[in-house]
Amino acid sequence: MIVPLTHVLLLAGIIFIMGLACVVAWRSNLIMMLIGIEIMLNAAMLAFVGGGAHWGLVDGQIFSLIIMALTSAEVSLALSMVVYLHRRRKTVNANDFSELKG
Amino acid sequence: MEQIFFYIFAAVVLIATLLAITERHAVHAIIFLATSFFGLAGIFYLLGAPLVAVFEVIIYAGAIMVLFLFVIMMLDMGDPDKVRAPSLCEWLPALIIGIVLLGAVAALVVTHIPETLSQWSYTDARHFSRVMFQRYGIAVEVVSMQLLFALVGALYLGRRK
Repeated sequence: MIVPLTHVLLLAGIIFIMGLACVVAWRSNLIMMLIGIEIMLNAAMLAFVGGGAHWGLVDGQIFSLIIMALTSAEVSLALSMVVYLHRRRKTVNANDFSELKG
Repeated sequence: MEQIFFYIFAAVVLIATLLAITERHAVHAIIFLATSFFGLAGIFYLLGAPLVAVFEVIIYAGAIMVLFLFVIMMLDMGDPDKVRAPSLCEWLPALIIGIVLLGAVAALVVTHIPETLSQWSYTDARHFSRVMFQRYGIAVEVVSMQLLFALVGALYLGRRK
């Protein structure tokens, strides 16, 4: 471990907060919301790898690889859903898809 | 030496992510995000995970960002004039959440725990794959099933009537 674990976790926390702010602020654009989710998952991966490096275990790296596979599945499904919604309504604004609201 | 590189990469990641989430032009946001992922791959390498760093570049910067670019160009969302940027009152809840969480993180940092630093070392691919396929074999199976389901779902959603 070349740097203190606190610094790695601090970096991961700041990246996670940025992703969360992106999801909360860009509620009107589905693509930017997906980008925010990507940023948050990357912060989680950084925390896993930092923990693995601190305790000298490989498990953190394996978990980050599994998160990567999960993210690629999620992104492919979500982007095909965005294309489907855009084909129906010609928009990616999340506010226009509120017909299930009671 | 490695410490200096770590902080340089951390600064690159933070600045690129900040630019990505405040950018109105979607294509520029994706490019900034790819820059951020390259910096993160450097950090993974410095933390002793070269395999994860390589997969980060191949899968994230190579595949997922290109998928985003394809969709943005296919749906013609590259024009910044057609995209409505979030106004100040939409940024306000994000800022409040961010400040509260940053305060919590800062409170954690203030309670300083002394740590021993060691020499730089890394995990080789043999040890990595042995642990992955022996101890976490079921997780690999589950993830492969999940990828198959995502493939079927994407094909179903994307088909033409």
